[in-house]
Amino acid sequence: MTTREATAPRGASAAPPRRRGDRLAAILVWAVATLVAGVLLWIVLDLLRHGLVHLGHAFLLEAPRDAGRAGGIAPVLATTGLILAVTLAVAVPLGLASAILLSEFIRRGSAFAQFVRRSLEVLAGVPSIVFGLFGNALFVHYFGMGYSVAAGGLTLACMVLPLFVRASEEALRAVPDDYRRAAAGLGLTRFAAVRSVLLPVALPGILVALVLSVGRALAEAAALLFTSGYVMRMPESLADSGRTLAIHVYELAMNVPGGEGNAYATAIVLLGLLLLINLGTALIGRHVLVRTGE
Amino acid sequence: MSPARTERAVVWSLRGAALAAAAIVGLIVALLLVESIPAIRNLALRLVTDSGWYPAPAATDGSFRITPMVVGTLLITAGAVVIAAPLGLASALFCRFFAPPGVAAIYRRLVELLAGIPGVIYGFWGLVVLVPLISALRPPGASVLTAIVVLALMILPTVALLSESALRDVPQRHLQAAAALGLSRWGTIAGVALPAARSGIVTAVILATGRAIGETLAVVMVVGNIVQIPSSLLQPARALTGNIALEMGYASGDHRSALFFSGLILLVLVMLLTALAAWLRGDEHDHA
Amino acid sequence: METEPPLERAEAFRPWHTPSPREDCCPARRPILRALDVTVSYGGTTALRNVSLGINRGCITAIVGPSGCGKSTFLMSLNRMTDLVGSASVIGDIRLDEQPVLGDAVDLLALRRRVGLIAQRPNPFPLSIRRNMTFPLREHGVRDRARQTEIMEECLHRVGLWTEVRDRLDRPALGLSGGQQQRLCLARALALEPEVLLLDEPCSALDPMASAIIEGLIEELRGRYTIVIVTHNLAQARRIADDMALFWATDGVGTLVEAGTAEQLFTRPCEALTRAYVSGMRG
Ligand SMILES: Nc1ncnc2c1ncn2[C@@H]1O[C@H](COP(=O)(O)OP(=O)(O)O)[C@@H](O)[C@H]1O
Ligand SMILES: [Mg+2]
Repeated sequence: MTTREATAPRGASAAPPRRRGDRLAAILVWAVATLVAGVLLWIVLDLLRHGLVHLGHAFLLEAPRDAGRAGGIAPVLATTGLILAVTLAVAVPLGLASAILLSEFIRRGSAFAQFVRRSLEVLAGVPSIVFGLFGNALFVHYFGMGYSVAAGGLTLACMVLPLFVRASEEALRAVPDDYRRAAAGLGLTRFAAVRSVLLPVALPGILVALVLSVGRALAEAAALLFTSGYVMRMPESLADSGRTLAIHVYELAMNVPGGEGNAYATAIVLLGLLLLINLGTALIGRHVLVRTGE
Repeated sequence: MSPARTERAVVWSLRGAALAAAAIVGLIVALLLVESIPAIRNLALRLVTDSGWYPAPAATDGSFRITPMVVGTLLITAGAVVIAAPLGLASALFCRFFAPPGVAAIYRRLVELLAGIPGVIYGFWGLVVLVPLISALRPPGASVLTAIVVLALMILPTVALLSESALRDVPQRHLQAAAALGLSRWGTIAGVALPAARSGIVTAVILATGRAIGETLAVVMVVGNIVQIPSSLLQPARALTGNIALEMGYASGDHRSALFFSGLILLVLVMLLTALAAWLRGDEHDHA
Repeated sequence: METEPPLERAEAFRPWHTPSPREDCCPARRPILRALDVTVSYGGTTALRNVSLGINRGCITAIVGPSGCGKSTFLMSLNRMTDLVGSASVIGDIRLDEQPVLGDAVDLLALRRRVGLIAQRPNPFPLSIRRNMTFPLREHGVRDRARQTEIMEECLHRVGLWTEVRDRLDRPALGLSGGQQQRLCLARALALEPEVLLLDEPCSALDPMASAIIEGLIEELRGRYTIVIVTHNLAQARRIADDMALFWATDGVGTLVEAGTAEQLFTRPCEALTRAYVSGMRG
């Protein structure tokens, strides 16, 4: 924070009234920061205090009993994994293709680029419950998929797409132009440069894009209520309905009296997963950086 | 195939993919419109003139006043933004100007962590911690105020992170010039940094507002979901989003269509906000 | 003043060097590349005006001149690297073996394979040394692994890099020193069997030792390739160039002042500007 020196005059030159204003501002701002940090701590500690007792490997491996009040979350974990897989299987190729097109093949200001970028920008702002309506109408009804893992995954794919495109486009743009010039100088096609040079170099950034998307998908519930549904069974195929961790927390908390204990434990699992994925890709990102020698 | 031919094929497939990605938003609008047609045709003004919200599959069998839900959404959103905007901005200022470097870095991580917590967990926390607290103040506890607090917490990181990046974009030389004039720290912030970052901060608040309008389950879990125009902040209410979430499961016919219509309202509100934010940002670029 | 690079050291890296008299290399002095009234502008601002210059087959042509006089611009227009700069436009006529270089119908990939470019700053890809060599080959249709390896080995030999890197072919190319990186780039270009090599101040980012090695390599390629080299080092130009061209910028627009054999320009220049330039830098 280099600005502090520039903006905080030291010594006796500051006149008393101004100093009082400064002090007041500092007190207020520190108070807010403390409050925010305190609330975060409150949330996390509350979850841990009530949830840890229910947590154990049995909780992760067992099927839920008594509407979820007892037992574990095995089918919920499986559903979450399946839905994520569908989401990524659709969003990653589509998103990567769009990002590559936007950053490598068309001019930033071209009408098509503007159109794609604007559309994705609007898509990014669409509320998740609207995605739920959209998924319900299109995938569940028009496409006849019913409440299913596939319908939920497709809906989430649409939802995370703008985020993924934007982050991976940025990762590609961050690759120095030197490599593009070197490739052109060797008479390589742009696509050859993308495939063999730019994508590997941008990989850490693209992984970050992936993590952001997974995080967004894991956290989502409203878009899934009416696409993947809230059945608690172990899904046997993509055509089965199932509930994710986030929906499990919601259902237990809202619709199952006495379900708080397992809701707490599930919330911890959900938060833990989000943290774990973040950590994991940070490590992968560093590994890739080392490998390419940058 | 020659490399040039392959390349052309590649570009066309990439274009196809990008077009598909861009078409999704159009598809959403189109589907919502199509599904809303029965409601628009059969209900129209009844959405505001009916006596209450007692939906039925056929328009003639029920009453469909969505005004309370619209009021609920606006009230909750406004309250959340009124709380989150100053707190988020203060957080950004803390990071940028007040905290020692190490603390600022940790604090930023912490805010990012808050931004990553799923809405459902905020809602759950609100349900098990805040609702009993507020209920002690005045039952039932699940109320507009509870929703406002939970939602404010949820959107605060958005305001904080985006405002901070706007503040970071303020050229160093402006701040140095202010320091050279002997301005106090607060004088520099109020007189130079905030005005220079104004459009970025406004954009941050607008985007956070969009998030607040669209948030569903966190609100459902703490707002009580009673269809009424609340006479005080401590009374329960229902939001447009929550209404959809609670009733889509069994809705059919005109009822279902009315829910899609409320989705359309939400979408239009959020699109307007996005457009406003884009316009403000474009404005700033012109000046730069 | 700059110290003369120690040439003797460079000899060590040229196992099968056979000194050849310059006349043998480009005996007929027939141009392989010809620029006719080439004018290049960047977004409406002219950087280079009406340059007509022939590049003789098998010769080393040195392009000299002060910074900003359009040397790089000229070089880039020769293999259409100017296309990568959105704002650049090239008019006039450029012919490679009498075939037009400018125009939409030209196969850029083939052109750039025939006319390779070595940049001022070494720019190996952030991949392994092996991948740097083999992946462009594969893209140009050499699919056979064994053949790729063979070409790689041969070209790395020719730039004197083989013994230095053969134990670490699968390590990142960016781990090499600047001079090694530049030699790798040269080997990478040679692997594609270009006819013309454009070198834009290939030694300016390197220390004297590394630059001497590169210079030795360039000399060694004389005859087999047509070489155009931009250099700020007049001593170097004098040592290696057969032909020479002096560019100059007046009012920000680059023009060709004089072109001829290096001998001519150094000993009996026609233009006063050339005389001033070559003598001013000599002392
Ligand atoms: N990408 C570019 N955009 C705009 N102007 C450029 C660009 N590249 C070079 N120029 C201009 O063209 C002129 C010649 O540049 P250059 O060919 O790099 O000269 P040299 O290589 O002789 O130093 C300079 O005035 C430079 O500013
Ligand atoms: Mg240059």
